Amino acid sequence: MYKIAKENLSALFRKISETMGLYLPISSAGQTNFGAWAEDADVDLTTLKTVKSAKDTFFPQSENLYTCTTEDKKITVTPEKLQEEDFVVFGMKGCDVQGIEVLDRVFLSEPVDSFYAARRNHGTIVALACNEPENSCFCNVFGIDCADPKGIADVATWDMGDFLYWNPITEKGEKLTAYLSDLFEGADDTAVDELKNSIHNIVDKLPYSDLSLEGWGGDALDEKFNSPIWEELYKPCLACGTCTFVCPTCQCYDIKDYNTGNGVQRYRCWDSCMYSDFTMMAHGNNRTSQMQRYRQRFMHKLVYYPANNDGVFSCVGCGRCVDKCPSSLNIVKVIKAFSKEAK
Amino acid sequence: MSINQNEEFRPKIVAFCCNWCSYAGADLAGSSRLAYPADVKIIRVPCSCRVNPMFILRAFEKGADGVILCGCHPGDCHYSTGNYYARRRMTLLFSMLDFIGVENGRTRVEWVSAAEGVKFSTTMNDFVAKIHKLGKNVRLGDLRCKN
Amino acid sequence: MQELITRAKELLENGTVSRVLGWKVGDMPYNPEPAFFDSADTLDNFVYNGFCGANLSKYMIEASTLEGKTLVFLKPCDTYSFNQLLHEHRVDRDKAYIIGVGCKGKLDIDMIKAQGIKGIKDIKGAEMSDACDTLTIDTIYGEKSCAYSKAMLARCHVCKGKEHKIYDELIGESKDTQDQERFAGVEYIESMTPEEKFEFFRNELSKCIRCNACRNVCPACSCRKCVFDSNKFDSAQKANVDSFEEKMFHIIRAFHVAGRCTDCGECSRVCPQGIPLHLFNRKFIKDINEFYGDFSAGETADGDRPLTSFTFEDVEPSIVSERG
Repeated sequence: MYKIAKENLSALFRKISETMGLYLPISSAGQTNFGAWAEDADVDLTTLKTVKSAKDTFFPQSENLYTCTTEDKKITVTPEKLQEEDFVVFGMKGCDVQGIEVLDRVFLSEPVDSFYAARRNHGTIVALACNEPENSCFCNVFGIDCADPKGIADVATWDMGDFLYWNPITEKGEKLTAYLSDLFEGADDTAVDELKNSIHNIVDKLPYSDLSLEGWGGDALDEKFNSPIWEELYKPCLACGTCTFVCPTCQCYDIKDYNTGNGVQRYRCWDSCMYSDFTMMAHGNNRTSQMQRYRQRFMHKLVYYPANNDGVFSCVGCGRCVDKCPSSLNIVKVIKAFSKEAK
Repeated sequence: MSINQNEEFRPKIVAFCCNWCSYAGADLAGSSRLAYPADVKIIRVPCSCRVNPMFILRAFEKGADGVILCGCHPGDCHYSTGNYYARRRMTLLFSMLDFIGVENGRTRVEWVSAAEGVKFSTTMNDFVAKIHKLGKNVRLGDLRCKN
Repeated sequence: MQELITRAKELLENGTVSRVLGWKVGDMPYNPEPAFFDSADTLDNFVYNGFCGANLSKYMIEASTLEGKTLVFLKPCDTYSFNQLLHEHRVDRDKAYIIGVGCKGKLDIDMIKAQGIKGIKDIKGAEMSDACDTLTIDTIYGEKSCAYSKAMLARCHVCKGKEHKIYDELIGESKDTQDQERFAGVEYIESMTPEEKFEFFRNELSKCIRCNACRNVCPACSCRKCVFDSNKFDSAQKANVDSFEEKMFHIIRAFHVAGRCTDCGECSRVCPQGIPLHLFNRKFIKDINEFYGDFSAGETADGDRPLTSFTFEDVEPSIVSERG
């Protein structure tokens, strides 16, 4: 365990960005999102949840795959370069870290997504414990400890007022710590343990902390799929993509072409199962009603994904959809509606 | 197209011209041997009110440096009233572009009749000179179109 | 609120309406959701309080296709949207039974959180029967309080008025909440230099994640197929790029609703990134008022709309550069 005085954090960021990329929560026009660090960036480590999750840093909302350019009658195809530079994502919360783990199971299993894999290989995750989890948080329901972010995180950190405590977990984390060692001083664990306890106390009091996932999982397919409750639940849904775009685990994308005037850029961008043209094919669409689209999102998170991934849910309880849905719909209401029905 | 630093800036101008007046006006300018810069690319439209605000934004997005809309004089529309609607739309659109910080000389509406070859040529010369002064359109272009 | 439930039950039971469109109690005190109620007993979950900000007019497009009448509860500002939809033949007046409900300003949970109130468990004082000056908020850190007006949605501070423009009956009291100049925000931006304006909108719009919430919630955006959803249009809806495309989306969207936008403020309410989208719409409204005379969309269901009418003496587009 190491520690660094908070006033030295900008020196730490500068040191990191001397040799690698650095992404961290930055406040711009009143909202905090992950962005690239710059000397004049307004770094915001106090906001509990960035609007979009940190998913962007490994799986950007929109990225080029290749570019075709025409010159006279010649067409040149240039594949987009894979990530080559090392980078650090600083300040990811426990839920976001688990979110990346969920993406790993999709993109790193065969066939491996080379763009994503390159970013994962070059990225070091520095997680930050949540000092004050909010009323929309329910990560504990999915077994995540926001007071002690572990999982695939390379370094765990704690904000202790004047100091940031720093604990490398993996080899990558050790390497980063060694690189930054001039800035650190040694520290003992007791203070962190106290903070963890106080965070756990907050978590226990949160309104969603006792949410039960009973009945969900890979085996529940028929029963959940055919339930009449969906008909009622989906009604207020506006079919916007807010929930899917702020979600740390939604991983569906679409591939499109952009005509640049002298060629084509093929890019992929996040897609949303809420949209009417989601998985549109030559014959038309698989899901023709909003009810089916709405059901797809929650079935994917709570049934299909666990069925294919050893029972791991594809929701991490970050509560972003709870905060952001224009119609106040969310996964918690879905889970609660089903458990009410079961009684 | 890559922009060579040493090369002189040649603005790209899109002119939407109504089939009945302005396009004929451009024809007249040509047959009367009145010169106007080759930077002006004319797109013929059935009526000035055919021009959706999106056409104008798309022209800018794809790299135009200036967009001008030419139609029949108010009262002379081939379809009676088309240009009156166009007038309202363009007024509001130009005001919006001004609102988001786009230099307001980049857009223009001019009424040019089929008999006004001279007006067509002077308008275009004047507009191109103005865009020349404003320089490259950086605010409304799509970065992806620049390579 | 009980009065609304009782009346709704009456109308359902006597067969005047086949369903009720209102708000359903959420799992937390601050998140009621729009809902259809088909029977009298489900109405026990009906709620109408300060957090019922959603404009139900848009749901009436779908309800107009259903069998029988729908009882809909509309706040004063929602009636403007309903009128405008009526003007465009997107809703059926004969399929709607409108109860105008009172409004004392609607609340924004984010405004409460912005005051540092965290760990919210319960909120009291948002009920319509209350005087609506103070909210008492029970949090896991103890009891907090917050002035009602400080927790209101930004749009309620520039409220157009609490008069219902269309209704079958009225229930409940309203309270005037307007305490700011409606066009002050637009004027502030107009006074900037082009560079400042561009910088302002670049910062705001670069946050856009193209989730389309603004479009989907907008009662004026009622096209069956949006131009930005078209597969043939190569600026596809889903791409999120920070160059011009996002700005184009928002300018075009605002333009498509220009002269039809009732300034209900739903776009800014739902934006997950807090982009002040209403500024675009309000700029168009201000321009329309200045150039073509005062006009408020949705005040009546009939009459001309500014972009589908004209006068011979209209100003020329060159006014934009002339006025400086």
